[in-house]
Amino acid sequence: MGFWKMFYQNKLALTGCGIVILLFVVSLLAPVLAPYDPGAIDLKNVLAPPSGEHWFGTDQLGRDVLSRMIWGARISLKVGFVATGLAILIGMVLGAVAGFYGGWIDAVIMRFVDVMLCFPAFFLILAVIAFLEPSIWNIMIVIGLTGWMGVTRLVRADFVSLRERDFVRAARAIGANDARIIFMHILPNALASILVAATLGIAGAILTESALSFLGIGVQPPTPSWGNILTAGKDNIDIAWWLSLYPGLAILITVVGYNLLGEGIRDASDPRLKR
Amino acid sequence: MIPLLLGITVICFFVMRLAPGSPTDLQTQMNPKASAEMKERLMSLYELDKPIHVQYWSWLKKLGRGDLGTSFSSDHRKVADKILERLPITVIINFLSLIIIIAVAVPIGVLSAVHQDSLFDKVTAVLVFIGFAVPTFWLALLMMIFFGIHLGWLPISGLRSLNYEYLSAWGQLADLVKHLILPVFISAFGGLAGLSRYMRANMLEVIRQDYILTARAKGLSERQVIYKHALRNALLPAITILGLSIPGLIGGSVIFETIFAIPGMGQLFYLSVMARDYPTVMGILLIGAILTLVGNLIADLSYALADPRIRIS
Repeated sequence: MGFWKMFYQNKLALTGCGIVILLFVVSLLAPVLAPYDPGAIDLKNVLAPPSGEHWFGTDQLGRDVLSRMIWGARISLKVGFVATGLAILIGMVLGAVAGFYGGWIDAVIMRFVDVMLCFPAFFLILAVIAFLEPSIWNIMIVIGLTGWMGVTRLVRADFVSLRERDFVRAARAIGANDARIIFMHILPNALASILVAATLGIAGAILTESALSFLGIGVQPPTPSWGNILTAGKDNIDIAWWLSLYPGLAILITVVGYNLLGEGIRDASDPRLKR
Repeated sequence: MIPLLLGITVICFFVMRLAPGSPTDLQTQMNPKASAEMKERLMSLYELDKPIHVQYWSWLKKLGRGDLGTSFSSDHRKVADKILERLPITVIINFLSLIIIIAVAVPIGVLSAVHQDSLFDKVTAVLVFIGFAVPTFWLALLMMIFFGIHLGWLPISGLRSLNYEYLSAWGQLADLVKHLILPVFISAFGGLAGLSRYMRANMLEVIRQDYILTARAKGLSERQVIYKHALRNALLPAITILGLSIPGLIGGSVIFETIFAIPGMGQLFYLSVMARDYPTVMGILLIGAILTLVGNLIADLSYALADPRIRIS
């Protein structure tokens, strides 16, 4: 059974795919979809509970929470893709080099991975952010720089098992150089597991960004992000439950979406599950 | 172990040096609180006028003596003292959550594997999937709203009530437990989903093994087969997973200690990051990594203790 057929028959994977596509659409059409200007302050309407006018209520400055969440979707999409892209790039190159060459290069890279894994990731991110200014770009870079180790291990394992195969020898026989063998011949075979890691990685990056923004070291107000709306929720925890409920729900649904999609891709590309 | 430790110090050192230009420049430019005196202290702590390997070596020697420098905050205390007084709270809470993770996740994993495709299995599968995706800080907020404010059952901040001094010994203990319920639950939550799913997968693999068939064939009761023969073998790999979950637990302490205003190492870390108290930030980063290393070592040792095959080799 082919990849697409397996994928189409997996209802959960399709649901995940639907959620992800919906998020893309919402992010792209944010200016059209948002009922209000996300930065429009309305001091006569501060902390208004959900109503027909403001579906998800208003925040401590009277801004429409739904509009801020719609714009916040852009942030999490951006963070998810850039941070994970960076992590995948680093992990792919290091893992490929380690797995292809073996020997001391492999040993050095993998010990580096071990050391990096000793750091509680959230500690490392916070420490680096303390030295830099908290901005969306710094956050994306730091999340990427602390998230590549899993991908390295994955890609290395694939390379170790593939490098002695006949098609690699054939490529070498016709005179392909190392770079060509690594990127044109072996890497495409490892693509499925990289894609799965990337999809699950986006979910993780979105969770991390929201936690950082919630702590006030991530995306800085007035730029709306799901995490920093939740900060307002904590500050007004005894009077405005809607500030806490809806943005968190958005994070949850987004992460579930990416996880479902990732597992769907894994199941569809796993040869052991094919019948 | 030793190479890892050295690697950790190298990375810590380079995080410190990561700032563009001299770290002291960055600090004086961006931090209005930075004074000339601070700059001097930072200069002397990292000996920034010397070549980088000399800097690293003298920093390492200081570390060897347990000297992590002096905090930039107004109390001017030793970083090591500041961390040590807060470390026990964080370690105790993380230890309690580890126990809860094991006590809850193992039975869930075993039961859903033994009753595969039952209603219980399906419900827990959904819960586990959601558990992976829930931002813990959001869950903390919801629980604070529900149990703390709506129902008024549990306190939502700190470790002690205002009237703590006037309570009896039992009253003090009960007060502490009440304050710990939400933080420990939140801290354990992240690990629950992972371990229970892992236990389920392990158990499913183990109960298909030949020795389980043998155990059934020789007439053992189902109870004995599952809980004596299968469980022990399925538990082994779980020890490694527990070891791997330690960095996540320690990292998570920043979030729950900040939310619940618990005076532990995580909260100190957060406050130091916000105040750009670099020596304290670096000290906690280092301690966090060492704690992880120790946790992994304990996991490896207990694995060897539990599995005779490893002991022989």
